[in-house]
Amino acid sequence: MTTTEVPTAGGSPEPVPTSAAGNPIGFGRMLRKEDARFLRGQGHYVDDVNLPGMLHGAVLRSSYAHARINAIDTSAAEAHPRVKAVITGKTLESLNLAWMPTLSGDVQSVLATDKVRFQGQEVAFVVADDEYAARDALELIEVDYEPLPAVVDARRALDPDAALVRDEVEGRTDNKIYDWEAGDAAACDEVFAKADVVVTEDMLYPRVHPAPMETCGAVAHMDKVTGKLTIWTTTQAPHAHRTLYAIVAGLPEHKIQVISPDIGGGFGNKVGIYPGYVCAIVGSIVTGAPVKWVEDRSENLMSTSFARDYHMKGSIAATRDGRILGLQVDVLADHGAFNGVAQPTKFPAGFFHIFTGSYDYPAAHCKVTAVYTNKAPGGVAYACSFRITEAVYLVERMVDCLAFELKMDPAELRMKNLLRPEQFPYTTPTGWEYDSGNYPRALEESMRIAGYEELRAEQAARRADPAGKPLMGIGISFFTEGVGAGPRKHMDILGLGMADGCELRLHPTGKAQLRLSVQTQGQGHETTFAQIVSHVLGIPPEDIEVLHGDTDNTPFGLGTYGSRSTPVSGAAAAVAAQRVRDKARVIAATALECSPDDLEWEHGRWRVKGDPEQGKTIQEIAFAAHGSLELPEGVEGHLDASVVYDPPNLTYPFGAYICVVDVDPDTGEVKVRRFVAVDDCGPRINPMVVEGQVHGGLADGLGMALMEVIAFDEDGNNLGGSFMDYLLPTSMECPSWELGQTVTPSPHHPIGTKGVGESATVGSPAAVVNAVLDALQIRAADMPFTPAAVWRALQGRPLRTDLAIE
Amino acid sequence: MQVRITVNGAETGAEVEPRLLLVHYLRNVVGLTGTHWGCDTSNCGACTVWLDGVPVKSCTTLAAQADGHAVRTVEDLDAGGELDPLQRGFMEEHGLQCGFCTPGMLMTLRALLDSDPDPDETTIREAISGNLCRCTGYENIVRAARWAAAHAAAGGAEQPTPPTGGAEQEVTA
Repeated sequence: MTTTEVPTAGGSPEPVPTSAAGNPIGFGRMLRKEDARFLRGQGHYVDDVNLPGMLHGAVLRSSYAHARINAIDTSAAEAHPRVKAVITGKTLESLNLAWMPTLSGDVQSVLATDKVRFQGQEVAFVVADDEYAARDALELIEVDYEPLPAVVDARRALDPDAALVRDEVEGRTDNKIYDWEAGDAAACDEVFAKADVVVTEDMLYPRVHPAPMETCGAVAHMDKVTGKLTIWTTTQAPHAHRTLYAIVAGLPEHKIQVISPDIGGGFGNKVGIYPGYVCAIVGSIVTGAPVKWVEDRSENLMSTSFARDYHMKGSIAATRDGRILGLQVDVLADHGAFNGVAQPTKFPAGFFHIFTGSYDYPAAHCKVTAVYTNKAPGGVAYACSFRITEAVYLVERMVDCLAFELKMDPAELRMKNLLRPEQFPYTTPTGWEYDSGNYPRALEESMRIAGYEELRAEQAARRADPAGKPLMGIGISFFTEGVGAGPRKHMDILGLGMADGCELRLHPTGKAQLRLSVQTQGQGHETTFAQIVSHVLGIPPEDIEVLHGDTDNTPFGLGTYGSRSTPVSGAAAAVAAQRVRDKARVIAATALECSPDDLEWEHGRWRVKGDPEQGKTIQEIAFAAHGSLELPEGVEGHLDASVVYDPPNLTYPFGAYICVVDVDPDTGEVKVRRFVAVDDCGPRINPMVVEGQVHGGLADGLGMALMEVIAFDEDGNNLGGSFMDYLLPTSMECPSWELGQTVTPSPHHPIGTKGVGESATVGSPAAVVNAVLDALQIRAADMPFTPAAVWRALQGRPLRTDLAIE
Repeated sequence: MQVRITVNGAETGAEVEPRLLLVHYLRNVVGLTGTHWGCDTSNCGACTVWLDGVPVKSCTTLAAQADGHAVRTVEDLDAGGELDPLQRGFMEEHGLQCGFCTPGMLMTLRALLDSDPDPDETTIREAISGNLCRCTGYENIVRAARWAAAHAAAGGAEQPTPPTGGAEQEVTA
């Protein structure tokens, strides 16, 4: 791996002092605190929670994609000697829990009552002494299904003869969920009419799945004496879950404790509330014992939040010499059987309308139509930044299609149209205000690392040889992300504003505890958030304990997804530390018998201006704050601060990626030879952690481009229901990633940082796809580029990759 | 049925169902939750442990198959009280994020390093090709293994032989 740095205009950052333990007192490479337990097998995940008397739950799932339920006979299961309870939709109806609200204003079935609407849907829940007995009992439940025609192809969902997925909704006659649009259609029509060139292309971003290594699960314990519900669960948003449980189940919110222990990867899969969680709670209420439910891999892939499934048609208009004039998009969005996407309320298509990307042109318009199908619900997951993955894929493919038609180098075309540094802050044609960026510098840097000219020369030489194999392809993508949702006045989820709370408490000896509302799933918050406080207060990061994931012990906030931890909670932590520092100044001035204005800050210490020997360290001030020092009127003792941070805008990280592939035209096999990723996420709190985040996202992108897909057959059978069928990239497919960086701080974030967790997942698929198509020298075909898909594309008959191969 | 399995050098035993998976025996009977379950189909490798010194997927191994044999899990890697150089390498090179695949990765790579103390990148990638990771893109796992190889001489020589009997197990069967 190569790492290079292009410093900011101001030169290198100030050197950061080192603590006695060898850690940077602030930003810099620091080994992770959390590793100590994970490396010893002492991580504590949901499935590691074991309580006295705990029972085990298992879910009976539909084998049909669409079928009416005539009857469910649970008598044999109930007679099983180790079964404690069998719960069906009927049981839940009596508790008014058979249906629950989704995060998008729809409802979804907890346990099916009238009919099943996708294969793998939850039908019954068994509670037994152990997991094996619970699963045995599932086999004893008899469900009388009456199969119905399934809506499998989203492109047929609005046909007049299509089956009705949601016939339980009174007055509903079709499968449309919504039509939504953004941008200016008239302005688009105008530029398209006078453009030299218009290129139109259909493309599919297929249904994929986040598939974290740890599946979803919960341990629910309803204490009948205290009336308190404690639920250990795989959630990226523990506070939102607590509120939703209160709303869904009618339980008093102050009697609900959600504990999100160590989480084995989330990627958006662990944002929503799944029926299994609710069933575990009901199981505990019914049996009076704690109930554990952990899904298996097939359940995870078949029923929990999928991602993408966007059928897109793009049209790009340009001048003959490659100046982009406008972009129009029509989207058909497959939302599955329930509209269960997790995104801010005002944005039914997420942030898709950021699709204008990184380029300077005046006209853009998109129209999104969402439909119900007989597939699992979900849609916003897999590190997608609320559908910016789909948006970036669309624009980066369209730019390559334009380059193909103009016979222009795709790097040259991009460079010609990228936003210039002096245009920031930049308001896009669809209303986003990009905070900061230097896009040409990032593209130049990626081309420098890749040796772009040499690569093109090698490719030309290979193409000149008619027997030349393998086929070499070079693909570029440039992305602008928008992360850190978000400003309260614009963004909420189910009415909950997307601000984050944070509490910082300094103990008398100067050690600190930081309480966060966000929840790590591997991002390293215990380390990097300590570094944020360390950066502001000069306390060694090893002296700062980061607490999160327990709603009884942390302030309210909306959780970790959409790369929002650093932009929102990171800002909250920085502001809390700044407030502590401000209060420490007053206390130091009191102790030093001077005015606060006479003091100046040096890292970790307030000192007297002009007399630097006179001063108080933050540790000394913390003790004085808890001591007998008489404080000025209006200044309370102790040294702590709490903050609710309402971000003024999103942060907009960006990057330039270049992928080099070799394709075997005889077998269709694609080998990723090199991948260069230049990311700009502002200053890096911990460069090691940032690089790790980028590495993981690049593997995601490679996986989606080459192998990951949840396809269906004509009956609605899920063809990606195990890791034998849903292929994840292994160490063999992934190249050694080559990273670079530029640094453009966010002007509105207290420490200039931007989110980065999803950048590479968002930015990389288009680079791989563009590289494959460049190798094949064809304009378009859909991912994933499995050998079969490559072969068919070479034959001029590209596959419909979301359906079973005919 | 009754099984007796040596786990990390300690004798364990229980009356179990013949169908009980080894991963569940380790997690639920012995109480060692460092071994994770991830897929059911031997694809992900989160459940990798050693059976008589050889890495196996404990989600598709029956406890009954381990009866009379020796199992080693992640909890034994720092049995000497100090981190194994491989664990140290994972920390130094940021070879883990969520930590869920890590125990399986460690057991697979420790076996590799025992047989090949200085593996190149391709060898390391081949060794972990049956262990999936969703967080790291594998880059830093490869680097962690290389770190361990580079630091094995110093750290390894001082390490006492772990009390598992690993290599000198009764390979009789």
